[in-house]
Amino acid sequence: MNQIDASVCHLENIAHATFKLVVKVDHEYLSFIRPGQFVHIQIGQGYEHMLRRPISIADFDLETGQLTVIFKVIGEGTRKLSELTEGSVINLLLPLGQGYPIQQLSLKKALLIGGGIGVPPLYLLAKQLVDRGVSVTTVIGFQTKDDVFYHEEFSQLGKCYVTTNDGSYQHKGFVTDIINLEQLTADYYFSCGPTAMLKAVQSTMVNCPGYLSLEERMGCGIGACYACVISNAEQTAYKKICQDGPVFAASEVSL
Amino acid sequence: MIDLTVELPGLKLKNPIMPASGCFSFGQEYNQFYSLNKLGAIMIKAATQEPRLGNPTPRVAETHAGMLNAIGLQNPGVTTIIEEQLPFLQSFDLPIIANIAGSSIEEYVYVAKTLSDSAAVAALELNISCPNVKEGGVQFGTDPHIAAEVTRRVKEVSKVPVYVKLSPNVTDIVEIALAVEAAGADGLSMINTLTGMKIDLDTRKPLLANQVGGLSGPAIKPIAIRMIYQVYQAVKIPIIGMGGIVTATDVIEYLLAGASAVAIGTANFQNPLVCSDIIDQLPSCLTEYGFTSIKDVIGGGHDDN
Repeated sequence: MNQIDASVCHLENIAHATFKLVVKVDHEYLSFIRPGQFVHIQIGQGYEHMLRRPISIADFDLETGQLTVIFKVIGEGTRKLSELTEGSVINLLLPLGQGYPIQQLSLKKALLIGGGIGVPPLYLLAKQLVDRGVSVTTVIGFQTKDDVFYHEEFSQLGKCYVTTNDGSYQHKGFVTDIINLEQLTADYYFSCGPTAMLKAVQSTMVNCPGYLSLEERMGCGIGACYACVISNAEQTAYKKICQDGPVFAASEVSL
Repeated sequence: MIDLTVELPGLKLKNPIMPASGCFSFGQEYNQFYSLNKLGAIMIKAATQEPRLGNPTPRVAETHAGMLNAIGLQNPGVTTIIEEQLPFLQSFDLPIIANIAGSSIEEYVYVAKTLSDSAAVAALELNISCPNVKEGGVQFGTDPHIAAEVTRRVKEVSKVPVYVKLSPNVTDIVEIALAVEAAGADGLSMINTLTGMKIDLDTRKPLLANQVGGLSGPAIKPIAIRMIYQVYQAVKIPIIGMGGIVTATDVIEYLLAGASAVAIGTANFQNPLVCSDIIDQLPSCLTEYGFTSIKDVIGGGHDDN
């Protein structure tokens, strides 16, 4: 892992309170990134914000040295990130955590299931799976039409279903409703989103091996402070989300 | 070249900078950013007799120039710490200060004896001030008689010097400091976190699962400086100061107040290299303010020095 400065190339409001941030990073830091890993972003220059913000990596391009993250403004720190200007410099720790272990898996067919701001890391995952010749189907869920992003980007990589809670965009309901309705199956599933959605996905997909990426408030981001933890499947010990995860086999954690 | 060395009971420090307990685990993670050999010492995460799971999440929340935490002393238990964590740290030229916690005086005594018998640690930090556990922790640090009793009992079994970590959540910290000094404490470390709370406007409930957490970071520095200043005037034993240090000038302020060395906690989360950076900056910062050694600074803020 590294601590580096990165300059802002592009910042775009892509959905309600949702921003795509593209930064320029030296190639050497990009080549080790795995889908599902995250960056830990320092907020501001002084000491007002002592905690960084963990944001999943949505994409990177080795040729241009560009790294993309997508975040939602939910508080003071993310609001400040949304006000960055082109050329400004932010400090990152990267790459952090364990990603989706696709290099160790043998699969032909993958089902990617994302909810809200859990959707972004699935984009890098989908791209890398398609590069490996895997057939990718994506189901992404949002609250409402204004929150939807990356429908077109995922559609270019395979079949993509979008659900909204209020039915204002494509299918009304939850991601698990579409999985049941369309009887979607795969060799492996990969999911990221709010805990309630992950729980529903875990039980809907109980007969399919899969991986879940978890969110939690973090401190250090590297495994030293024990702020972000999740119970193991036996509920006898905690695993550290930032260091042992954020991606876990669905069978190894108790949500 | 400015002499940064400091000698304290059981500790020969090459510089007065060490990471604070609970913010640095057992060092392995930060050793990926710089060699732990650079540090004056390390205060490792609290050990209890049996493994502790800690509190539910959320365990942390950011506040203005600080943070709240309620980890709840999650640790694998003292025996596992000695077997699995200390061998790594012993490979460095680095005094290890082991933080010990418990729910009863008997547990403190067991953990203290086990760690000091292991011969791996240079000193103990007696944690009678953790605000985040239901049993043990802070109640040992808010009553001077109980604080003195646990200090005395731990001193009876420890082969290494004992630094008592004081809670700021008391009416008169000087009274507690004098009580543990009289009970045989070799030094003090201060301050632990202040109890605080943050309410989430969306849920309208306390944000931390534990409701209450310990406030740390630059927001608490003036309180720590004031308490160290007062305690320094009352006791003869040395003080390791902590609370919101982020720069080399903060370190000098702590030393002037009366600390002989300092620990850095929350700042590691903002900048994982902060201890290393401060060690690099300290000599020029001391020169800038007209000091020629660390020893000249300690207690320099008091009229009779």
